[in-house]
Amino acid sequence: MSAQKYSISGRPRPTGSRVDLYVWWAVRISSLALFVLALAHFSMTHFVFDPGIQSAEWVRQTRWNSITLRVLDWGMLMAVLVHGFLGMRTVMQDYVPSRIRQASLIGLYAIALLLFVLGTQVVVTLPMD
Amino acid sequence: MTQGSSPLASPQKLRNYPSYRGGEGMVAWAFHRISGIGVWAFIVLHVFDIWLIGANPALYDALGEFYSSAPGRVMETLLGAALFYHALNGMRIVVMDFWPALTIYHRGLWRAVWVTFFTFGLPGAYIILKPIWEMAA
Repeated sequence: MSAQKYSISGRPRPTGSRVDLYVWWAVRISSLALFVLALAHFSMTHFVFDPGIQSAEWVRQTRWNSITLRVLDWGMLMAVLVHGFLGMRTVMQDYVPSRIRQASLIGLYAIALLLFVLGTQVVVTLPMD
Repeated sequence: MTQGSSPLASPQKLRNYPSYRGGEGMVAWAFHRISGIGVWAFIVLHVFDIWLIGANPALYDALGEFYSSAPGRVMETLLGAALFYHALNGMRIVVMDFWPALTIYHRGLWRAVWVTFFTFGLPGAYIILKPIWEMAA
């Protein structure tokens, strides 16, 4: 009991709310995907290819001239939206005063929706060679 | 008396930070939260800049020139550090949350996080920053 209440690792597994429990699992499962995808992505964009050569034209002709890489990058975007925005939900629940908490969370989810639309649009519509 | 959390001094209240004595677990938690917020802020910018590849390629290229400049590279190194710490400590959290018995090794896991961080992070930082002095030469 006390081990669960005062976990020294992350947030203790929620026991009160079903939604919080699903969020807890979603953050951890998406983290496993992101450990591979995000670190591979950062290595790709900084160690394999120097940022200096990655123009819009280069991305179109090289990086995104493959359906597989586009699907992988879109999958990474989905994992990022789940992990980053549910993580920020937890942070905001801790710090935002209750008076404006609900409105702030709606704003947070609106940003997530905007990034979903922008990211999906570019990955689907950017022409291939 | 004890190193650990007291329910009266929750670290989730900012004003309790200076007096809260949580040891390594608290510092790991605070770094995890700060790095997470930092990476989140960059990702909001980053999805938008990738969208520019289709919407306004010239503006994307202008931003790309900043990314590959000296100040841009310093910021990318900090971004990489935040991302890498968050990833490694996140795995430490997942290990302890999925197998709570391993929580007794939390200090050893914390040290393993830092050994891994510097072993791969220092060469990585060197690769990102190297063009700064190569451009100057």
